Amino acid sequence: MTAITATAASTSGIDDEPLTQSARLDHLLIAGLIERNSRVLDVGCGDGALLRLLSEQRGVDGRGIELSKEGVNDCVAKGLSVIQGDADTDLADYPDDSFDYVILSQTIQATRHPKVVLEHMLRVGRRAVVSFPNFGHWKLRLQLLFQGRMPMTGILSNPWYDTPNIHFCTIRDFVGLLDEIGVKIERADALNRLGAPLGFTAPWWVWNMFGEQAVFLLKRKD
Amino acid sequence: MASSETIHADAPVSTINPEDLQGRIVHFPASQPLQMDAGPAIAPLTIAYQTYGELNNAKSNAILLCHALTGDQHAANSHPTTGKPGWWQTMVGPGKPIDTDRYFVICSNVVGGCMGTTGPMSVNPATGKSYGLDLPVVTIRDMVRAQAMLIDYLGIDQLFCVAGGSMGGMQVLQWVASYPERVFSAMPIATAARHSSQNIAFGEVGRQSVMADPDWRGGRYLDFGIKPQKGLAVARMAAHVTYLSEDVLQQKFGRKYQDREKPTFSFDADFQIESYLRHQGSTFVERFDANSYLYMTRAMDYFDLAADYGGVLANAFRGAKTRFCVTSFTSDWLFPTVNSRAIVHALNAGGASVSFVEIETDRGHDAFLLNVPELFATSRGFLEAAARARGIPVRTAA
Repeated sequence: MTAITATAASTSGIDDEPLTQSARLDHLLIAGLIERNSRVLDVGCGDGALLRLLSEQRGVDGRGIELSKEGVNDCVAKGLSVIQGDADTDLADYPDDSFDYVILSQTIQATRHPKVVLEHMLRVGRRAVVSFPNFGHWKLRLQLLFQGRMPMTGILSNPWYDTPNIHFCTIRDFVGLLDEIGVKIERADALNRLGAPLGFTAPWWVWNMFGEQAVFLLKRKD
Repeated sequence: MASSETIHADAPVSTINPEDLQGRIVHFPASQPLQMDAGPAIAPLTIAYQTYGELNNAKSNAILLCHALTGDQHAANSHPTTGKPGWWQTMVGPGKPIDTDRYFVICSNVVGGCMGTTGPMSVNPATGKSYGLDLPVVTIRDMVRAQAMLIDYLGIDQLFCVAGGSMGGMQVLQWVASYPERVFSAMPIATAARHSSQNIAFGEVGRQSVMADPDWRGGRYLDFGIKPQKGLAVARMAAHVTYLSEDVLQQKFGRKYQDREKPTFSFDADFQIESYLRHQGSTFVERFDANSYLYMTRAMDYFDLAADYGGVLANAFRGAKTRFCVTSFTSDWLFPTVNSRAIVHALNAGGASVSFVEIETDRGHDAFLLNVPELFATSRGFLEAAARARGIPVRTAA
């Protein structure tokens, strides 16, 4: 599910050279959140770049779900265990606690039922990692304020009538949803356009204004 | 000399040893009977098989191909009866996804078949005549049990991969359920863990067609030196339609007339599709035994893997370390994608390593036998990754 045409850093095919050099910054950040040798499900794994990174850097036993046939083919050709499927419908089929982490990278805004997806992620996995573009970023606010049109940026490059992204949210919106379903935030980072952390801790409203993306590490409340 | 890495899907395989065309045969004596699900055992048992490539010293590179309803052991050599390419010559051969330069490929005729393995044409030791319908009804599990005897005979503990489409895919699933530790990876293609009611219905139409032919003689036709060719041809014609898709029929034949400008207003084969089906029927009876057709379709009907595991398909695969690559085709209405998804869900529930892709094609169920590049790319990638995990060295092209 290539939900947004984000900072593309393609992998180098099926060779065995380490990917660290060309990896996306947000992927590297996510990799840093994942314990070594854990079991990981990447929902909306695209061409499998993050799964490969996790496998090579963290030694994880990784699985993926991907909506596009091309993406699945890419992944299988790279030797990744990926099934063609849909976050909205297929997560329900996984048993409780089958993974240590379930990752939803830049995909939640393209799901039909983000809340249900999130709940399934935290049922299937002991932890969840969610990254998403922040619709509260100041540039988007200014576009709406001054141009009066749906914002488009480098990350969010599709016009409103032709976008898979149907459930945008801001960082604050997302935190509100987490409160509602009772999820513990173990870690959160606001990122710039390239996926690098803003590098300072700040109140939510600051992150909500200046983060172009955010990454959350979540855990069920006991 | 062409590079062996290139795929020549339609090129004849010239590297197959001609003596393989006679086929390989193993006879299991009466002391090694094949226990059948239906009750009795078959003894002695003969298995006809083909091999391609070389078994490595570690015996870690063996791939077993399981053939479909009307297939046989001639997967990657030209067929000794028809002279046509083997049924999976697009997929199997030097440099192809199932690379015979790298893997040792085995394909055997299933029990109940008619190309050399014990089946209804074989001599029943109790009577000295052909079994006919006295052969116990064969199940998919019986076929797999016989294949396991062959693999034992070849001295192979674990197969690197078991692959097949349709009825072959059923055998792949059964292999993992019966012998999980003997299957490193599995490629079930365009298949199902249970035969659907609709497919049982199609099977019954085919069987009744054979049995309605007066030449069938209650299955004893060989005793009279005849064959129920008309019945079998009609069965094949009906079945053949189910292997295609409406789109491909429309594109290929439409309403075009066969060798004429206008309709004759008769029951002659005015339309190209009629002529095509009649041809399919008449060539099929040259190479296939009518009773075998009954046994093969029946084996598929009885296949319901979950039923053997308390009705829960996931239990059939629980604890299996096998890596799976499940493939289906968008236009396959005989084994539609929902069947493959059921397999994938069961595998996920059991925590198995599974890849699944639905391939976009208008070729219908037959797509698994055809030149479908996405199928080749998926299979090649899956096998290469599995080979790395299994530690099978890459053989450098000579």
